Amino acid sequence: MARHIVATVAEIPPGSNKVVSVKGRDIAVFNVNGTYYAMLNKCPHMGARLCHGAIVGLVEGSQPGEFAYTRSGEILRCPWHGWEFDMRTGQSRVDPAGIWVKQYPACVEKGSAIVEGPYKAETFPVHVEEEYVVLDA
Amino acid sequence: MSATTERPKPAAATRLKIVDCDIHPVPRKPEDLLQYLPERWREHHRVYGSHFRAPFREASPWPRAAPAIARRDAWPPDGSPAGSVLPFMREQHLDLHDIEFGILQVLAMATGSQRNLEYGAALATALNQWQLDYWCTPEPRLKGSIVIASEHVEAAVAEIEKWAGHPAFAQVFMTPRLSEPMGRRRFWPIYEAAERHGLPIGVHGGGYGGHSVTGGGWPRYYVEEHPSTAQSAQALISSLVFEGVVERYPGSRFIIVESGFAWVPSMTWRMDKHWQRLKSEVPHIKRPPSEQVRRHFWFTTQPVDEPENIADMSEIFDWIGWDRILYSSDYPHWDFDDPRSAFPFRMTPEQRSMLFRDNAISLFGLS
Amino acid sequence: MNGPAFSADLVSNASEPVGNRIDCDVHVVLPDINLLLPYLEPYWRDYVVVRGVRNLDLTAYPDTTPLAARDDWRNISGRGGANLELTRKHVFEDLGGGTAILNCVWGAQALHHPHLAAALCGAVNDWLAEEWLDKDTRLKASIVVPWQHAAHSVAEIEKRSADKRFVQVLLPGLLEQPLGFEHYWPIYEAAQRHGLPIGVHAGTAYRHAPTSLGYPSHYLEDYIAMAWGMQNQLMSLVCDGIFAKFPDLKVVMIESGWTWLPSFLWRANKIWRAMRMEVPWVNRAPAEIVRENVRFTLQPIDAPPSQQQLDRTIEQIGSDRVLLYSSDYPHHHFDANDVLPGGLSPKFLQRLLSENALETYPRLQGGRA
Repeated sequence: MARHIVATVAEIPPGSNKVVSVKGRDIAVFNVNGTYYAMLNKCPHMGARLCHGAIVGLVEGSQPGEFAYTRSGEILRCPWHGWEFDMRTGQSRVDPAGIWVKQYPACVEKGSAIVEGPYKAETFPVHVEEEYVVLDA
Repeated sequence: MSATTERPKPAAATRLKIVDCDIHPVPRKPEDLLQYLPERWREHHRVYGSHFRAPFREASPWPRAAPAIARRDAWPPDGSPAGSVLPFMREQHLDLHDIEFGILQVLAMATGSQRNLEYGAALATALNQWQLDYWCTPEPRLKGSIVIASEHVEAAVAEIEKWAGHPAFAQVFMTPRLSEPMGRRRFWPIYEAAERHGLPIGVHGGGYGGHSVTGGGWPRYYVEEHPSTAQSAQALISSLVFEGVVERYPGSRFIIVESGFAWVPSMTWRMDKHWQRLKSEVPHIKRPPSEQVRRHFWFTTQPVDEPENIADMSEIFDWIGWDRILYSSDYPHWDFDDPRSAFPFRMTPEQRSMLFRDNAISLFGLS
Repeated sequence: MNGPAFSADLVSNASEPVGNRIDCDVHVVLPDINLLLPYLEPYWRDYVVVRGVRNLDLTAYPDTTPLAARDDWRNISGRGGANLELTRKHVFEDLGGGTAILNCVWGAQALHHPHLAAALCGAVNDWLAEEWLDKDTRLKASIVVPWQHAAHSVAEIEKRSADKRFVQVLLPGLLEQPLGFEHYWPIYEAAQRHGLPIGVHAGTAYRHAPTSLGYPSHYLEDYIAMAWGMQNQLMSLVCDGIFAKFPDLKVVMIESGWTWLPSFLWRANKIWRAMRMEVPWVNRAPAEIVRENVRFTLQPIDAPPSQQQLDRTIEQIGSDRVLLYSSDYPHHHFDANDVLPGGLSPKFLQRLLSENALETYPRLQGGRA
């Protein structure tokens, strides 16, 4: 991994992003409520450029009609099919085998392989040094 | 059968030219379309406008997934509506994906759903001229669909007669949610005209016929309504088969657009089974339904079905018939299928060619 | 569920003990509304007689069609499903059933008058108990409820719950509002509390056209369309959070077909991934929810032309727990005694023929009242 200076802090204000090319790959660097996150600019589903995605919060509900809305600005929705990605981890909220699923259905045969699937956006470490946003990729 | 959903990389460098059987152009500004309306209808449009069997004049009562149903990156830089700027469409789709031909499907103004039939007919005429002038003429890769006001059968037939044979138009465009099922006798003159002129009929999911979207009432959520095009498409095929449209017009060809395809095999199994039992009700049906579907129906692939085991999609295509399937993108809509990544399983070169190009070239008579 | 975690182990060497089968869909036909008069309160008895309420034969099930009954299953008047002796012979002796769940799909569930419907449903359940259940301990029944009025339905469920021979609540497949709506929630709550699955039976009260395109011309088209109606209902149940609200509730799709299930599950998962934000209480893939909470009766098998395709379809369903053996007697879906599809392994057969039903209907083993 190498360090890449992506931009000055001022160039990526909260709620915005900048796409940089590193070793032939486009990486989108987002400012999420003052913290920077970097994600491969390619949705693992069908390849859409995630930099165009809507930034939303996380909605959860255990019962019909409940909309508990938290983490505003931390969820990225793919600009095409709307898959939700946690910008901190890259994990999709709609991974059928995701860790937040309460229980695995009893009907599934034991020993089944839980498949990786295309449910994770590739993330990269990024931090701020003085006035610069620095990416490790 | 592999135990993983490994997504094989799409076949590399054979830059196969592609026929996209579902592209949605949109007027850039209202005047682009309205200029083609006679003054009487321009005024009607201004004062009264669309009149549907639905609560809203323009919006759907189930809010769509995104503004203008569009991919978020499909808005041209000048702020024009997604799908309204030809150079941008070329850059983002036609050139980028080596589209050899694209079939336009015009949803704008929902002419099949307009309650004022003469207004609907006037809009259809205007939309067809607009397609020709704004899209097909400047961009020969794009082929138009003959928009008709389906409920005004006389005017619909006249519109088909007007454009039939014009090289810019590849098919007739309809939406299936009408006031009665499309196989019913009232609509037969449309099929007669289409068959006579060798025009396939593309039936694109949607419309406001006034019937609830399910046989058990109106669903609440877009999550339900979006996939309900599949049930509507099955009802459509059932109607066209059992009303005898396919038997009566043996040259007829129907394309089921934007309604999925994975349901096709089980639908034909069900149709065959119960037709066997209840044949005496429909003595005009001579051929098994599955055979009629196999010969007279094609299916565009978007929104591509995503089996839990990706390789199962290949098997579904085997069961439907590789000669029946037509790649479509639905550009610029949000549920767009990128041709490079929508089919992440192994295909033979022949299969790939059929899916992405050859079936469409043959069906539409493109060259 | 990713990948073929489920393998149906489909090997054609099956032979299973006769008499072990739990037939989860046997139709009972009420030959004549006058048979209900003894069970009606005086007001309703007079209503029926004086107003001439008779012949509530359903558009959804005309009894003279080839589908309504096999010729060799009809009684001397030409009716199928109307005689206890014939039902016993055909369902138990010929088809090898050991237990049968009776579904009386009848006109009270299509009336608009909710109180009349409630009175007639109560009478039908009384008649079922006395004329069928009392006469053969192998017979169980679904509670016919006046869905038109939720409180009356709950009252009927409470009334029948002590009688363990009633094992399910019966709803027609297509009603006024999709099945996920709050109107039905009290019914689901009562059913869940008493260990009663909700049986959603193919058919329609014709409050709406049977398809989104309007009214087809033919009965054949309406019948076929029931499968799509059931698909829409499944989506409603999942998306309206019925299984989040009632986590112990089971729903049985009866006479709906099931070979369409894989394609339905895939599409449901796909739209959920795109639109989860709209229905956050659907907190796992719809396919998982359906596999856990919904069951499908066997007949009719809308079977593919080849055994290989049927095997693959069953594998794609991804669970050996969702199918429940049924004959759909006396509807004509198969000839002779060929009620089972070929190629099922002993393990799969055991689940299909009885284990799944025992798990789905706890009251079959004297479960919760």
